[in-house]
Amino acid sequence: MYKQEVTLQNETGLHARPASLFVKEASRFSADVKVLKDGKEYNAKSIMGILSMGAGKGDTILIQAEGDDAKDAVEALVKLVNDNFNE
Amino acid sequence: MKGIGTSPGIALGHVIVYKEPEIAVTKEQVQDIDKEIDRLEKAIKIGIKQIENLYEKTLKNVGKEEAEIFNAHKMMIEDPEFIGDVKETIKSQEVNAEWAVKNTADKYIEMFENIEDEYLRERALDLKDVSKRLLRILLDIETMDLGSLEEESIIVAEDLTPSDTAQMNKDMVLGFVTELGGKTSHTSIMARTLEIPAVSGLKDITNKVKNGDFIIIDGKEGIVLLNPSEEEIKTYEQKKKDYKEFQLKLEDMKGKESISKDGVKVEIAANIGTPKDVDKVIENDGEGIGLYRTEFLYMDSKTLPTEEEQFEAYKIVAERLEGKPVVIRTLDVGGDKDIPYLDLPEEMNPFLGYRAIRLCLDRTDIFKTQLRALLRASAFGNVKIMFPMISSIQEIRDAKKILEEAKEELRKENIPFDENIEVGIMVEIPAAAVHSDIFAKEVDFFSIGTNDLIQYTLAVDRGNQDISYLYNQYHPGVLKLIKMTIENGHKEGIWVGMCGEAAGDEKLIPLLLGMGLDEFSMSSSSMLRARWIINNTSKREIESMLDEILSLPTAEDVEKFIDEKILG
Repeated sequence: MYKQEVTLQNETGLHARPASLFVKEASRFSADVKVLKDGKEYNAKSIMGILSMGAGKGDTILIQAEGDDAKDAVEALVKLVNDNFNE
Repeated sequence: MKGIGTSPGIALGHVIVYKEPEIAVTKEQVQDIDKEIDRLEKAIKIGIKQIENLYEKTLKNVGKEEAEIFNAHKMMIEDPEFIGDVKETIKSQEVNAEWAVKNTADKYIEMFENIEDEYLRERALDLKDVSKRLLRILLDIETMDLGSLEEESIIVAEDLTPSDTAQMNKDMVLGFVTELGGKTSHTSIMARTLEIPAVSGLKDITNKVKNGDFIIIDGKEGIVLLNPSEEEIKTYEQKKKDYKEFQLKLEDMKGKESISKDGVKVEIAANIGTPKDVDKVIENDGEGIGLYRTEFLYMDSKTLPTEEEQFEAYKIVAERLEGKPVVIRTLDVGGDKDIPYLDLPEEMNPFLGYRAIRLCLDRTDIFKTQLRALLRASAFGNVKIMFPMISSIQEIRDAKKILEEAKEELRKENIPFDENIEVGIMVEIPAAAVHSDIFAKEVDFFSIGTNDLIQYTLAVDRGNQDISYLYNQYHPGVLKLIKMTIENGHKEGIWVGMCGEAAGDEKLIPLLLGMGLDEFSMSSSSMLRARWIINNTSKREIESMLDEILSLPTAEDVEKFIDEKILG
């Protein structure tokens, strides 16, 4: 298992366009990818899951993955967040 | 019949009533669970194909932004959580796929609708659309195909979804009439994009008309005439022609100056709320931005926006305007605009309370951060700073003192900004208008904020339906204050603008021109019309009528005078 914490810095948080970019990116990997926030677990490949999480600007989330490309998946998603979803 | 006009224009034509087929879902216990799962998976595959098809069609016929919605639909119909839940429901409750889809979708829709968030509420609508698609496939329900319209028609419907409008053959659609929805509903937005007239908010209209009925719709006034007389048809044919001609004239206004018949040049500018709004300003050939509301930065966030974030948001607007003036208003919250994380106190009279400049002069930390960001952005364009809700000279002096402190800090840090940045105030409190001769000595410009000025002058809460009839921009008392403010500004050699709704009011524009207003700031969509009015009005002519207008006893008299003697 591979995991890393990251803080959302972009205006919209994990919402709207950033949310769908996040899900699309996660879906590129075969690993099982999850996002943890406030002790709850959400499926990173599910737009419903990510939207219902309601993570806004300034929130810290934990991205964790299990499977062959787990490390790549986590790193790609962390980069996406750190690049502010190219907003 | 009268509804809400949501997209301007006139259409005359025959009706097609578009009704969504009833989808009745019953709960059935099933033995063969694998069969239900299989049915579900097949339905999803068909659904995906349909959605991809709609995406392509919309991309080709409407545009990329409008097509995006089907990408969202696709993500939902494939969503592992949602589909996982549906399958789980089939398995654990041993029920039919239809019931499981409906049940699960309702659960998510309720969750999205309960979150105070416009974006999620829109997603709830998407999910409704997607789940209905699945149910129609599962239940084998045919839908009416708007894509095969063969005659030009006016579509009458309860409401239209993006899926409906995407497959529609738009060459055959003359207009929309819907029962639901307002100016921001999908149907209205689509109608404005396609530039066809639309009226919404007509309850039960789908039962009042039938296929083939002849109707007239006026998308500006919100009027629908069923089975009109020969006379009415003639009148509206003419109106339709006039409207088309006027649209061409407006198009023609792009690239022209805003100059009166007798050669007085003014500035037509835009009110914006976010950097995104600049697209519309450029598209409609705005000569500047007369009001950039900065509240969105504070309201769309869970914490105070940093200097850096604000700087970026102001800088991009300043840059895109390429040297044209950009008047940025400092934080104006309180009143009806709350920011949860500021913990503003509950008040008996919020509009008379702790808001705007009053809050900023108390929370100087928030204020100075914003002023630093504004100053930094001034190095990238023609930025001007405007303070809202000024009622006394002391407030102007205090605000300017903090501005000076911010400037001094930036100088020390060697950060560039416009040393000659203009500083102005909103004139929206009656005392500021009355005392404007003295205020004018302290600032570089005035911008009259009519929405609040009217509300405070007439003591009418503009949000209160019971007394809204008293809220009137033609009130001679209000007009006198406006005239006085403009004159006092000019006496001190400063320019005077207006950034309330009144600045874009076609009846008031000539009057304001006559009074000598220098800058008219309004929503982007009104700018070309305003320019056309200015270019067809003589300032001197109106000026000579002002005394007579301002001595009229009532607002109704003023409006009548304008209708008959100026516009008529």
